[in-house]
Parts: sequence; structure tokens; C-alpha cells
Amino acid sequence: MRYNRLALYGLLILAAIMIMAPVFIMISTSLKSMDEIRNGSIFALPADPGFAAWGKAWFGDCSQALGDQCGGLSSSFLTSVKIVIPALILSVGLGAITGYALAAWKMKWANVMFAALLVGMFIPPQVTLYPLIIMIRELGIFGSIPGLILVHVIWGVAFTTMMFRNFFKTVPEDLLKAARIDGAGFWRLFWHVMLPLSLPILGVAMILQFTYIWNDFLLGLTFGGRSGQPMTVALNNLVGSQFGEKEYNVDMAATMLTALPTLAVYLLSGRLFVRGIAAGAVKG
Amino acid sequence: MNGVELRNVTKAYAGLTVMENINLEITDGDFVVLLGPSGCGKSTLLNMIAGLEPTTGGEIHIGGRNVTELEPDERDIAMVFQSYALYPTMSVRKNIGFGLKMGGMRKDEIEKRVADVGELLQITPLMDRKPSQLSGGQQQRVAIGRALVREPSVFLFDEPLSNLDAKLRADMRVELKRLHERLGRTIVYVTHDQIEAMTLATKVVVLEKGRIQQADTPENVYRRPANRFVASFVGAPTMNFISGKMLQDGSDIVFDSGAGQLPLVDVPTEARNLIGQPITLGARPEHLLFDDAGIASRVLLAEPTGPDQYVRLAVAGSEITARCGPEQVFRSGSDTRILIDGARMSLFDPQSGQALLQA
Repeated sequence: MRYNRLALYGLLILAAIMIMAPVFIMISTSLKSMDEIRNGSIFALPADPGFAAWGKAWFGDCSQALGDQCGGLSSSFLTSVKIVIPALILSVGLGAITGYALAAWKMKWANVMFAALLVGMFIPPQVTLYPLIIMIRELGIFGSIPGLILVHVIWGVAFTTMMFRNFFKTVPEDLLKAARIDGAGFWRLFWHVMLPLSLPILGVAMILQFTYIWNDFLLGLTFGGRSGQPMTVALNNLVGSQFGEKEYNVDMAATMLTALPTLAVYLLSGRLFVRGIAAGAVKG
Repeated sequence: MNGVELRNVTKAYAGLTVMENINLEITDGDFVVLLGPSGCGKSTLLNMIAGLEPTTGGEIHIGGRNVTELEPDERDIAMVFQSYALYPTMSVRKNIGFGLKMGGMRKDEIEKRVADVGELLQITPLMDRKPSQLSGGQQQRVAIGRALVREPSVFLFDEPLSNLDAKLRADMRVELKRLHERLGRTIVYVTHDQIEAMTLATKVVVLEKGRIQQADTPENVYRRPANRFVASFVGAPTMNFISGKMLQDGSDIVFDSGAGQLPLVDVPTEARNLIGQPITLGARPEHLLFDDAGIASRVLLAEPTGPDQYVRLAVAGSEITARCGPEQVFRSGSDTRILIDGARMSLFDPQSGQALLQA
């Protein structure tokens, strides 16, 4: 038993080191000055930690500015927020409603529609990218924030619908019957009975959709245009297009800044997240 | 005027008819129990009365109103489910008041009615709890409260006691009966438990294969079963069936099974007309009398239950069960003598299974 424990913890510690080492290198490098990076080991702790690189990553370097663009991530952070919030609310909200409709109401073709949604989910986005571009262009919102939001909603709804449908399928049929006898129609059954039941799933769907939309690069690059450039695309531009010496500390800080919101969401909602994933059945 | 009337109600799934021409009249204040084995259609029938399942044909009238095309909440009914079906996220108070809230009732009026029902069912201290914090019996009370608070014309119960343990079930049964006597409302109650049917009902409707086999008082269903199905489904241990014919033996009448002759006593005159015809005789365990004038039978097994004992006997080529008091001692393999109480026996047509002694 003792050796088993030892092996178990050994393995866990090893896994933790493998995951944490890059994060450690990123944080420590971002706190160093360029001189220190040039002369020291990447594993060494910063001798004189400072947030200069973080400031430069966030605000940009206005001494080298072209017009009013300083090249920092702050403006694209705002763009990302403007994309994520409506896309999140719409994709989760619509998914909850369609999932509820598919699960709780007997509709013709419900299973066919659900199967179509699932197929949609398993097709890689790259395959449908070009037709989507044409669709969005025809709608006249290509290269704008609303266009990008719409694409995220289209992609997200398939996934959130599946989550909510599968959850609502576990709600006992008697509960739906009781609500019908109590006089709750489609919307009131959803609002008063089903939605409160689905809070754990709602949490998980929000977290996963937030992560997915925030971390997205491909759709942002394709559909955002110049005005709808999310943080990930801006990060790529920042890291990939500098003249002269590579500023590793700024790159690392910018990457950390981009990853920070999702990290914060996971840390703040960790318990809810685990509970939602464990929530299979409804206890009566 | 709060009765229920089913007129030629038919139900079919994808062309397969599972219920045909169900006609049933439930008068105001009746406690009607729909009794039958699983799959007999009793829950389907209840769901159709509730409006949760559409009918394929026929009409349903509640309180003199044709409700066939109405939504469940427009039918003036309330329903209690086997699984209680309480809303897990709402407190007991909200659960009971939900239907009234959906109906658009004023808040203070809802509060008053919920409080009254809470008092009636003695669940006032539980009002702010969630269903998951209640025991099965308490959840059942809340479910009943949710039905009561709406003051409907008709209460529908779908196997409401099946999820409770034996002791609690007996207690709730008594309470339901009391509640019915106190409120005098019409109740339609589905169960597969014949004890519930016998104790609660003013009228028992025995269903099998989507057809009403018999609709009558519990006493008549037990004493005068309309056919072999009702006879065998109601009563435990089940009724004994022996095929053969009655024969006149001097002044006595015996039942000849082909392998032996069982003496019958007190045979009513209308039964005498059937002498000589092939029939199936049905005798409940208590209709077999241990009597020295009877036919010799071999004791196979005795099962004491406390107040009674059931004795399994081999007689005239059949195995039958007889009931007697606990005093007498039966050893397996010993011999005894029995005869049949002709006044209480049932006689069935061997082909159709229909009872022969009554209309």
C-alpha cells in the first residue's frame, strides 16, 4: 500500500511539474529585464522582478507608435469583451431554449434536428469556413464585431443545445406533467421549473463557451477584420511582427495577459464547474 | 355535478388500438379506483382524463363540460403522481402555490390557501423546506397539498402510495380515505394494489388489455366477479378454478372434475339450471370448508400467516388452496376432507370465461 501511494504521488507531482514548468518560465521571464534574459538561464528566478514588460504588453510602446496605435493589448482586450459577452449570452441562452424544446416537448422531427446539430458539432470549423464567410458577407457584417459574434453563436449553439438537451432529458416526465396540470406553458415551464433546475449545467456551459470564444483564434482572424480583432489575434501580431530584437519578456507578459481571463473564470468557478460535470441526475 | 363521464373513449398508438370504446360514468363524490396489472391501460386512461395524452376517439366530460380538447389546466382537475413530482428547486410553500400562481391568483389569496392546506395536512412546519429535505411520506403530503389547494372538481391519483414502505402506505391509505370522506370530492385513483382498491373505492373498475372487465362496488367485484380475469386478479391467495360439471347425486349436488367428485352445499336454485353443462368452478380459499362430509384430500403444505393459515391441498386431480383458522394443525402428507360452499362459489363459461350466475 505504501509503495502504491508513493508511486501515485510521484506520478501526480511529475504531471504537475510538467504542466506548471512552462507557466513558471512564462511568469518568471515576464518579470525579468531583457539583459537578464540574454545572460541568464531560462529556469533562473528573476534577480530584480519588475512589471515593466507587463505594462509594455498592455499599453504598447507609444514612442514607436504609428498614429494613435501603440500596439498594446488593451484595445483588443476590450474588443474581446465586446465579442465574448453577447456571444456567450446568445449561444448559451439559445442552447438552453432549444435543448429544452427538444427534450421536454414532443415535436415532429425532434430527433432528426438533434442529429443534424450533432453532425454540425463534429465537423471541423475549417471545413465550413468558406461557406460561412460567404454567408456572413451576404449579410453585410463580414469583418465586424457583430459578424464574428454571429459566427460564434452559430458554432456554440450546437454544443450548448446538446448539453442542455441531454440534461433536460434526465428530468422525470412526471415533473413536466405536473407543471402542465399546474398550467405552466412552454415559456413558464422553462423559466420557473427547467431553468432553475439546470443551474449547474448553465454554469458549465457558460464556462466552456467563455473559454472557447475567448481562446478562439481562427474565427477571430477570419471574421473579425480590423475592427473586430480579438485579443488572441492581437497577441499573435504582437509576438510575430516585431522589428529587431525579440522582446521575450513582453511576449510572455502578453501571453499571460491573454490567458488571464479564462484562468480567472476557472479559478473562481472551480467548484461550480466540478458540480455541474458531476450533476447527471436530478434528485427529486 | 362534479362527475366524470367517458363516452366511447378510444386510444391508438400508430394505428395500434390499445383502448376501444371505454364507457364509464363516475358520479359526483365517487372514489373510483382503476385497478389492473401493469400494461392494462389504467395509467393511459388517467392521463387521458387529465389531458396529458390526447384521445384518439370519444369524448371526456368533467363536471358536465366536454373537456376532450382542453388543456390539462383548463379541465378543473388536480393530479398526484407516484413519484410525487415536486419541483426540486422550489420550497414546499412555492410547490403548493405554483398552480395558483400560474392561474394568476392574487398573492395574499394564494398565501391564505396554501396556509390552510398546510394546516389540513399538518405540514405547516415544513413550508420553507425543499423537497429533497423531506421524507417520502412528507413529500407525498406536499404532493397531495398541491392538488388540494386548487380545489378542483376531480382529483386524479396515479399510484400515489407505491413508493412508500408498507407501514406508511397503510397509514396514508387511512388518511386518504378520511380526506375523501371529509371533502366529498370525486377521486379517480389508479393502482395495481387490490388492497388499496378494496379499502378505498366506492367503485372499482377492473381493466385488462385496454378494456373494462368490471365496474362495480368493491364487494361485488370480490363476491360476484364478472369473469375469470377479475376473479383471479382480485383476492389473495387467488381463487381456485376447477373445470368439470355439476352432477345431481340423489338430493345432493357434486362437482365432477373428471378425476373426483367434490361435494357442494347450499347450491342456489339458479345454479341448479347449469347441472350437466361443462363449466369452470371458481372457489376462493374461504369457500372451501373442512368438513367430514367432504371429499378426501391430501395436505401438501400449510402456510400460517398469523390470523389464518392457507392449506395447499391435492384433491380431485387439482391443487387448490383453502383457508382456515390457525388452531388446526396440518402436517404435510396427512389427509383431510373438504367440501365447497355452493352459495358463495362462482361459475364461469369454460370458453368465454364469463360468469354464469349474474347478468
